Amino acid sequence: MNAATATAADAPDPQIAIRCEGLHRYLGQGEGRVHVLRGVSFEAKRGQVYAIVGPSGCGKSTLLYLLGLLDQPDKGHIWIDRHLMSNSGDEARTAARGEHIGFVFQFHFLMQEFTSLENVMMPMRKLGRLSVEAMAERARSLLTAVGLGDKTHRLGTQLSGGEQQRVAVARALANQPAIILADEPTGNLDAKNSTIVFDLLTRLAKENGQAIVLVTHNPEIANRCDVIRPMRDGLFV
Amino acid sequence: MSTNLQIAFRFLVAKRRAMLLSLTCTVLGVGFFIVTQATTSGFQDLFIKTLLETDGAIRIQDEIQDTMRSMAAAGNDPKESFQIEEKEGRKYIEGIPQPALLMEALRSFSNVAGMAEVLHANVFITSSFKEDTAQLYGINIDESSIDNFFHVSDLSSQIVAGDLGDFRTNPNRILIGTVLARRLQVAPGDSIQIKVSASQADQRRYKIAAVYETGVEDIDKVRVFMHLEDARSLLHKPTEASYIQVTLVDKDRAPADAARMQLTLKHSAAPWQQREAVWLTVFRALKVSSALTTSIFTLIAGIAMGSTLFMIVMEKTKEIAILRSMGYTPRDISSIFIWQAAIVLLVGCLAGCALGAGVTYAVNQIPLPLRGIFKTNVFPVTWLGWHYFWAVFVAVVVVMIASLIPARRAARLQPGDVIRGTAQ
Repeated sequence: MNAATATAADAPDPQIAIRCEGLHRYLGQGEGRVHVLRGVSFEAKRGQVYAIVGPSGCGKSTLLYLLGLLDQPDKGHIWIDRHLMSNSGDEARTAARGEHIGFVFQFHFLMQEFTSLENVMMPMRKLGRLSVEAMAERARSLLTAVGLGDKTHRLGTQLSGGEQQRVAVARALANQPAIILADEPTGNLDAKNSTIVFDLLTRLAKENGQAIVLVTHNPEIANRCDVIRPMRDGLFV
Repeated sequence: MSTNLQIAFRFLVAKRRAMLLSLTCTVLGVGFFIVTQATTSGFQDLFIKTLLETDGAIRIQDEIQDTMRSMAAAGNDPKESFQIEEKEGRKYIEGIPQPALLMEALRSFSNVAGMAEVLHANVFITSSFKEDTAQLYGINIDESSIDNFFHVSDLSSQIVAGDLGDFRTNPNRILIGTVLARRLQVAPGDSIQIKVSASQADQRRYKIAAVYETGVEDIDKVRVFMHLEDARSLLHKPTEASYIQVTLVDKDRAPADAARMQLTLKHSAAPWQQREAVWLTVFRALKVSSALTTSIFTLIAGIAMGSTLFMIVMEKTKEIAILRSMGYTPRDISSIFIWQAAIVLLVGCLAGCALGAGVTYAVNQIPLPLRGIFKTNVFPVTWLGWHYFWAVFVAVVVVMIASLIPARRAARLQPGDVIRGTAQ
């Protein structure tokens, strides 16, 4: 399928939050250029949790960044909420990220100069749909939901690793995105905190009918997902 | 507060030590720029004020006559043809033969505020101590006349000894400069003799009514003022004047007015900018030089700001990436860094202006008795809003240009590359 024929009609199922087809991606330059994704197709439905697993370097994270519109494919198409996004400009992709996608990374990437409440409010302030009071209220309720209701005014540096990742989960859910993309969200946590973060992520997302796509090396986490998609050498197997 | 501004402020506060150099240099750059401009302008303005108060804005003097042009005549016989070659140009006839007519014509110039005729000649002056050369200035001091010399000069307020009233009311009285008085060892009340040439036997005796001080050495050591009528009598010039001293409502229009006067009145007209072009050029060069020197601080501020912002960009790549993943546009990212520069600039410029004003005030209190080309007892300064404007303008331009590069670099960071760890 070429770009000219790829339209919204190609993604008719309203339950499908994100879909990609025939994604190719090369990384590196010259002799170091690697064909990381070799025509990957994938779709994620609302309310479902997907685990992408596979050995290091198989293209899991690259696929996740393409789905999250953080990167552009060399070939192939991506639909977010039935809108073709793979060929859009930076402005449209940035807007789509803010509105439809929430990210959780292996490293929390909290802004250390801000409190946990301010970190959670950060995506909401950019989207600008709520008043400041409403944003603060929602941020507080999300932090309470992740068990940090009493630490809303602590700076990132004053929280443990597990707590920081929970703040990152709350931040990913702030704008009620249709899709949550998580890259090794528990990769930097101990077993107890891994379970807490995964449970939180899946429970809150399912309550809101959000599609979760997570990349993990942890078989226990993968086994608890609704769908497991193993990858090898840039393709689903 | 906008989100971008809030993020910028937090980043800035976290890096306040690194920003301190940039802030300090901005403060010093703005402050010193203001102080140096205030002081150099202070000297320049005092010089201009002095020269306007002593010699007026325009001096109308010698009559201009166009010289003959070259002529050629051709005859039937080539031998009968002839040519008269003259060096083309102008001829100046010294003095103003009919000053009253010229002054009447000058009144039609709207910018003219006042005028006075002056009769001038070199003389020999003898006291009981020694003989010296001097320049005699016959001035009209008739209080009922609108063309009174005191209307176009500040001479009346430059009296440092003696009684100006004595000079005004009595004939055969003179005003003498401080330097000349010191040379001749004379004081108010003393008599001196004046003659026009060294060989002249006819000497006239005058009484010193007062001693003046303009602060201009070249004036105070030679000029002797006497009543116009006395001067006419001494110099045997019953009607003419050497020049007419003109003051203007707007002194800066002097060159244009002088050009028009010269064209219409057929007398040379010299504006103050032309008469003192050398000194004015020196002052202008000093102002530019001091502005460039002090701008080095601002340049350092710009470099410091650029490098600090670069450092922040390098340290905050992950934060930039996460902001981009949340929907923040490249313009948002760029503005976060521009805001940081703007905050430093705002604080730096405000503090710099305060520093500049404070130091200018303090400098103005420093005792500095100076004589030579003007007279002052304190360090002269000029309070001018433009100095503050230009100081801030230079700082804004330099610091903002220096900030644009790291800001653009931050905006160009690709979030996918950063998170993947391949961002350069």
